[in-house]
Amino acid sequence: MGSDSDPSTKKNVSRTESPGASTRISYPPRIDELKVIAKELRRKVLRMIFVAGSGHQGGSLSEIEILASLYFGVMRIDPQNPDWVARDRFILSKSHACPGLYAVLAQRGFFPEDELDTFRKINSRLQGHAHIKTPGVEMSGGSLGQGLSFGLGCALSARIDSDSYHTYVLLGDGECDEGQIWEAAMAAAHYGLDNLTVIVDRNRIQNDRFTDEVMKLEPFADKWKAFGWNVLKIDGHDFASLIDAFASARKHSSQPTVIIADTVKGKGISFMENNPAFHASPPTEEDYNKAMLELE
Amino acid sequence: MISFPMASTREAYGKELLDIGRSNPDVVVLGGDLNKSTFTHLFAQEFPDRFFDFGPAEQNIMSVAAGLAASGKIPFVSTFAVFGMCRPFDQIRLNIAQPRLNVKIVCTHAGIITGEDGMSAHSIEDISLACSLPGFNVIAPSDSIETIQAVRAASEMDGPFYIRLYRTAIPVVHDNDYVFSFGKGDLIRNGTKVTVFATGSMVGSSLVAAHELATEGIDCRVINMHTLSPLDEEIITISAKETGAVVTVEEHYAHGGLGSLVAQTVGKYCPVPLEMVALKGYTESGKPDELIEKYELGIKDIKFAIRNAYARRS
Repeated sequence: MGSDSDPSTKKNVSRTESPGASTRISYPPRIDELKVIAKELRRKVLRMIFVAGSGHQGGSLSEIEILASLYFGVMRIDPQNPDWVARDRFILSKSHACPGLYAVLAQRGFFPEDELDTFRKINSRLQGHAHIKTPGVEMSGGSLGQGLSFGLGCALSARIDSDSYHTYVLLGDGECDEGQIWEAAMAAAHYGLDNLTVIVDRNRIQNDRFTDEVMKLEPFADKWKAFGWNVLKIDGHDFASLIDAFASARKHSSQPTVIIADTVKGKGISFMENNPAFHASPPTEEDYNKAMLELE
Repeated sequence: MISFPMASTREAYGKELLDIGRSNPDVVVLGGDLNKSTFTHLFAQEFPDRFFDFGPAEQNIMSVAAGLAASGKIPFVSTFAVFGMCRPFDQIRLNIAQPRLNVKIVCTHAGIITGEDGMSAHSIEDISLACSLPGFNVIAPSDSIETIQAVRAASEMDGPFYIRLYRTAIPVVHDNDYVFSFGKGDLIRNGTKVTVFATGSMVGSSLVAAHELATEGIDCRVINMHTLSPLDEEIITISAKETGAVVTVEEHYAHGGLGSLVAQTVGKYCPVPLEMVALKGYTESGKPDELIEKYELGIKDIKFAIRNAYARRS
């Protein structure tokens, strides 16, 4: 991308060294390597939203360790062949948090990292809410509550064909206000879909306010249990817990698993953490520079 | 007086779907606790591993169908038209229409001849909703013979479909040697004075009306517009030009249905007088025949519209 046409240059985006898709890491990566990746993903998310001038950073920052664990440690995928039939599926139901997904897809080599600067811009493959035209994106989203049903369809298809792939669906906690989540939760348990794992990014903040103020979800784990799910509760920023939980979910039979991942909205940037103001408003230049310093 | 034998479109659908399922293992069927009514229970009995009931949870069903289609399956979703198009419209728009996934929504109990269940059960907006989705294929078969071929065609074509069927039996207007051609208006009766564009359940009555008016010297052309999206603009334009006046007939609300589609086309390419036989608003409980009469969708109403169009013809 030439500097004249590079929108980022107009905003004085700092060009720090990036480990990038070619980073040499061991597979599966060690925890210390995953931490380095997570920091890089957060930088990518902030840069994308700053360059675009809009986008949802709070929920993109809270989901980073979940995404990094899946894409670098857990899922069977081939970035060179995103439609590989035997791939594990990842469905981002909270589709507004696509900057996090785009960052990890680029980092994993599904498309060039340069393309991240086209996020939300005309003629880009990186839409404001995830759409299937992006390599590696499985579902077109943007209206909440639909991804679990979609993932249920993928899991049913695998069962019909005796395919061994696993389907992962990431939900937001605020998204669980949608009735369709519970229609799908009931159906997935009814059909005993143990090839389906849900992760709830339990960051406790939704668009306007704290989830407890908008609509109480607790006792949240009990709700899933009552719907017939295997429920795991973990720290959603702790790689060891995440990887253990994914392994345990994959081994669990006859029930789908939900991993309730306690997270912090805006995680990694001190002044964004647990602050509802940063759900969707982009950082100012000052905020951006301060945030990037924290991520060095 | 001409008359037609009557046959069920939903029963024809259920039998054809079973037959399609026997030769195509990718076909899966999804239902919402109305599977006897939609006749998909025939498929369920023979292929229990490819049939999924989700109870009346239509939003879930549509997104599940999208996930199955994205995984290479050909899902057929069947329920009543009000539950299959109105209720989960957002899921259809976002999960099926925008990514253009290969989901076939085949709904029964469309229109008002559903009868006694009343206004809530009368699907009079579904054509408008389905046609408002860019790239969605929309078919309202005119009888059981056309239903069979339309369902078969949808199963063989890639992309999303909405097919509109009925609770009660409707006139069989085609012979067994009829050949359905997707996207092409079906000229059933030739004529020179007025063209009647009819769709679905109303094709039979339109043919009767045309037959009766022939004795008054109004020689009507009748075209069965089975495919509403993509629309056969060519046959509409040519017929408007050749006959000089048009009438549209549908068991659907006047807004956004066949009448609107034809008006849009003649307005663009060949403005001529146009009369619409369609519903003017919401309805009520009653027997199908009583509803057709009260809400002005009967043969006499079609004849009235044809006479008006003919009188306005220059």
